[in-house]
Amino acid sequence: MSKRVIERLKAQFGERILETHDYRGDDTAVIAPGDWLEVATFLKHDGECAMNQFVDLTAVDFPEREPELPRFDVVLHLRSLSSGYQRVRLKARLAENQGIASLIKVWAGADWAERECFDMFGIKFEGHPDLRRVLLYEEFVGHPLRKDYPIDRTQPLIPYRQVDGLTKLPPFGQDEGQPFGRIQWQQRLDGRDNQVSPAIAVQLGQKRALSDSSAHEGEGAKE
Amino acid sequence: MEPIEDELSEEGALELPTEPMRLNMGPSHPAMHGTIRMVLDLDGETVKGVDIQPGYLHRGFEKSCERGTWQQVFPYADRLNYVSPMLNNNGYASAVEKFLGIKVPERCEYYRVILGELARICDHLTCNGAGAMELGAFTPFLWMLKLRDFIWDILEEETGARMTHSFSRIGGMAKPPTENLERNVLDLIPKFEKTIYECERAVLRNRIFLDRVEGVGKLSKDRAMELGVTGVMLRSTGIDYDVRKSCPYSIYDRLDFEVPVGHQGDNYDRFVCRMEEMRQSLKIIRQCIQQMPKDGPVSVTDVRVMLPEKPAVYNTIEGTIAHFKLVMEGIKVPAGEVYSFSEAGNGELGFYLVSDGSGTPYRVRCRPPCWFNLNSAHEMIIGGMIADIIPTFGSVNMIGGECDR
Repeated sequence: MSKRVIERLKAQFGERILETHDYRGDDTAVIAPGDWLEVATFLKHDGECAMNQFVDLTAVDFPEREPELPRFDVVLHLRSLSSGYQRVRLKARLAENQGIASLIKVWAGADWAERECFDMFGIKFEGHPDLRRVLLYEEFVGHPLRKDYPIDRTQPLIPYRQVDGLTKLPPFGQDEGQPFGRIQWQQRLDGRDNQVSPAIAVQLGQKRALSDSSAHEGEGAKE
Repeated sequence: MEPIEDELSEEGALELPTEPMRLNMGPSHPAMHGTIRMVLDLDGETVKGVDIQPGYLHRGFEKSCERGTWQQVFPYADRLNYVSPMLNNNGYASAVEKFLGIKVPERCEYYRVILGELARICDHLTCNGAGAMELGAFTPFLWMLKLRDFIWDILEEETGARMTHSFSRIGGMAKPPTENLERNVLDLIPKFEKTIYECERAVLRNRIFLDRVEGVGKLSKDRAMELGVTGVMLRSTGIDYDVRKSCPYSIYDRLDFEVPVGHQGDNYDRFVCRMEEMRQSLKIIRQCIQQMPKDGPVSVTDVRVMLPEKPAVYNTIEGTIAHFKLVMEGIKVPAGEVYSFSEAGNGELGFYLVSDGSGTPYRVRCRPPCWFNLNSAHEMIIGGMIADIIPTFGSVNMIGGECDR
């Protein structure tokens, strides 16, 4: 961690750095969510800070400190690989349903970190091109790392997804391959039908493939 | 024999019309470790787009940590990177120690480094062995896993478990090193050197292997930094960032070792870097064996952090109370937040801990190296062939337990 970065931030942004602390040597600056992108961009491009490595982005939920302070802390860790491995932690306080700017244009590594943060806390990152759940599934109800997530309840069962415009290609139609249980065993035992399996029956000419457009009509006529 | 006249090429390559195809790879594909799904957009065999979908092994690590005491996180931490659990144990223990502001005894530091480096060798052996196997070289895989088993024997003798050790404690280790540690490790060295030498001979001069890894899955320096890539993947691009060297923790500043770096960040560089890192790990272990104090405690004696000795618990009221308080209420960690990081098998393993002053963690955020390494795989895969996904994904060394947590 580096005092220098904090000093630089204070010199540049003045009052807009709301708080700083260095508990156990981890230098931290708290800023308003509105300044998030600007400060981050500055940290990366400023020659003295040069925070070129994205380390981590996460959030912490403090529901009890409402209404004095907003509920979430969004926490960003950064490191400079070119300037003495100095590190800094940036924090912003965020109310529920309040968005914050996405950092994906500054550090590409923010992509999955922000998606995870959205998944676990429901924080909306404005400007993220593909903000969807990453660890959990789309139909999951709620955001599990929030403190008020009902941990003693189970998630609802969901039906199979229906994807529009997705139909199976011809080789995987109903009548091809070696299907299981398609033989009419009663008919076969009665001696009326000696077919081995639909696919072989098609090859032997005993039966026409269902994918033939005329096959359905033919069968319909037989019945 | 006369060569066949190559008339086809004169007519020009057969121009078959292709149309884009969407292909689902995984999660049940064996090379996807059963935990990653890739939705590929293909043009012929070239990958035009990929959507990597993790999460099939998500068990709620971070949420689970919020219900027990600080000590009860260790078994969960074991199951993050289950190929090198000792490194996770050490990483988490040192994070809480940083929070508490305590320093563990020197003997403990050496012991942690020895076990951790053994775990790192296991990690790299598994990655390189499996990577070679996926390209058809089955023999090095068996040799490497055999060697890994010898290392697991040592770890079993020391910790009592082959894989999920849960052996570190906040403020020390569960047990002092056994008498056989030194002999076991020294016995391992010739086996190790023979295996590594033979595997390199078998693989690194093999045309089939080299064609599949050289120049495949490249990652540039700048992109690697921006993407938060760490560990071998970052070093293979030519950046010499190793937490052990750059921000020395524990006793790494007293040890003499080198950080291997690559040139262009392709699969070959990653493979060779891992091979060399194993040698360096062994060098570290050898020095630690020599330097480690033969006697002395392996844990702090503060009863607010470590359980007291059993005779004290059974015979004195102070010991009983201390034991009871630690087990029922847990270690009281002061309110605040810390970020502590160490070099794990795949890169920088960070723990961002938040405490509200009680005996239960308020938030345990694990910064998994795999998560960011896998995110960068998008760039390495797009533009390549579909068959190149296998070696590239293999050399990323995604470990499901750590990536999905």
